Amino acid sequence: MTATTPSVAADRRPPDGERVGSRRRLRRREYALFLAFIAPNVILLAVFAFWPVVYNAYLSLTSWNLLSQTKPFVWFANYVDMFTDPEFGMVVLRTIIFSGGVVIISITLGLMVALLLDQKLRARNLVRTFSFAPYIVSGAAIGTIWLYIFDPNYGLLKSILGVFGITSPAWMTDSAWALPGLIIVYVWKTTGFVAVVYLAGLQGLPTDLYEAARIDRAGPVTTFFRISLPLLSPVTFFVVVTSIIGSFQAFDVIAVMTDGGPGTATTTLSWYIYQQAFRAFDAGHAGAGAMIMFVLLVLITSAQARFTRNRVHYQ
Amino acid sequence: MTAPATLPQLNQPTSERTGRGSAVGGRSRPGRVIGRILLYLGLILVGLASIIPVYWLLSSSVKPTAEIFVFPPKWIPSSLHWQNFVDAWNSAPFGRMYINSLVVTIVGAVGEICVAILSSYAFVFLRFPKKNLIFGIFLAAMMVPGTVVLLPNYMTVAQLGWVNSYAGIIVPGFGSVFAMFLLRQHMMTLPKEINEAARVDGAGHLRTLWTIVLPLSKPMVVTVMIVALVTKWNDFIWPLIVTNTDNMRVLPVGLLMLKSDEGYVNWGAVMAATCFVVIPVLIVFFFAQRHIVAGLTQGATKG
Repeated sequence: MTATTPSVAADRRPPDGERVGSRRRLRRREYALFLAFIAPNVILLAVFAFWPVVYNAYLSLTSWNLLSQTKPFVWFANYVDMFTDPEFGMVVLRTIIFSGGVVIISITLGLMVALLLDQKLRARNLVRTFSFAPYIVSGAAIGTIWLYIFDPNYGLLKSILGVFGITSPAWMTDSAWALPGLIIVYVWKTTGFVAVVYLAGLQGLPTDLYEAARIDRAGPVTTFFRISLPLLSPVTFFVVVTSIIGSFQAFDVIAVMTDGGPGTATTTLSWYIYQQAFRAFDAGHAGAGAMIMFVLLVLITSAQARFTRNRVHYQ
Repeated sequence: MTAPATLPQLNQPTSERTGRGSAVGGRSRPGRVIGRILLYLGLILVGLASIIPVYWLLSSSVKPTAEIFVFPPKWIPSSLHWQNFVDAWNSAPFGRMYINSLVVTIVGAVGEICVAILSSYAFVFLRFPKKNLIFGIFLAAMMVPGTVVLLPNYMTVAQLGWVNSYAGIIVPGFGSVFAMFLLRQHMMTLPKEINEAARVDGAGHLRTLWTIVLPLSKPMVVTVMIVALVTKWNDFIWPLIVTNTDNMRVLPVGLLMLKSDEGYVNWGAVMAATCFVVIPVLIVFFFAQRHIVAGLTQGATKG
């Protein structure tokens, strides 16, 4: 290690007369070192993050089956195909329903859980730990567990719903219920995350406004809607964006639970991309689907960047 | 921020400190009692909803086969049926998959951290023209979602001859933005003089990094490491695509391999196999949850 260390040892320092030249040499050396240090990351990101986006954009303009030598260039034919195909419209709609459902429900529930965990209650740390645990468990495992819970013949959920006199649907094999079922599973997986983020947000809020509200005899509901919620808006925005990005890309739960089915009932954009690329071997349509997802997510992410930048001077 | 003198100490729970969001604050005594009961009911409900599926997994994995297929379901297995684990273990090359998962997770996480440490050190302690612009370009890579680059990355890995190999699963994950970002944010809080002092002592940058900066960054390195380990252990879609034989599968993908055309057949064994995947993560989580939560929720409350 020491032998290869690019050291600027004192004994190698040239005599005073050459100070300026040596300073320049030192600086050049530092530049070289900088490049050497970031090189592994630069190469990896170039090869596996930036280049694939460019290459994907190119693929989306071709009609290629992943096997033939030539990739016929078809301009925007893939996009025209997709935008004129009602089934692709359904894919987009399903993605919006799934993602929207997950985001709205998990954020509402997560905020309620955060407010609950913000109270001085016994065992709240334990409950916080419990609620966050699903978030770090593999989606494939979660899908497997819930497939068993949803089982229409002897599933746990059938029994629980039975207590309230509700007949459990066939969930994953019923095309009307498969997508709502996936939403339930995903909400279960992510609500704890949302709650913990909100809890951190709540505990970081300035206290003086609450003092003022108390002096003004504002009730807890007013205080929440007039003070907490507006102050939490940067947190809300962060959670909304990360939830959209996460749920847009949901894949493992779908792979395990429904395989995009029954029929195409749970074929979302991410499943569509996978399906086109690795089952239908249609690089063009997979590429076009991926481009659409990329553009959507970049728009959403940059909206967040802009929003948070405008809010920085806020606290 | 100046806190009013009447405030109790800061380690008091927030609601008590401020009265905010409290459904019970300042009401009459019976109202307060009912409020607390409701709060505790809510807390119990949240706890149960989070934990029941996990309990159901663990209990089903040791249920005798007959009790798996009964309705109404049995909450507590009548006896512990460890045979499920044996059946699961023998139904697919799970021994091999465990090794694969461990290799992919550990090598992947260590590699990612090394790459991240080098670049974060460079961004904080080394001079370079337009350094911040380069950093911005790095951050832009965060906007590239995994799903979008699946096919091109598969083709790159195929060109390199890495399909169905550890290299194919692991190497693309070495590139790091988030880990690098967190480490950089942390290193920026270290005093700049560290570097000058090291220079005067004749230490090179690698040695400064190894003997001074890294020890001082230990908490953040641990956080980033644990998050990387958990994320890579759970990774599914990339290992699924890049491997094509059962003996190269990782555990989450292995779960899918138990599925037949009619779905899962032997639920007891499937639940046991799911335990293979879930239990290590849960153990890590219960010991290192502080680090995991800090790492995963980073960036949430800061502008």
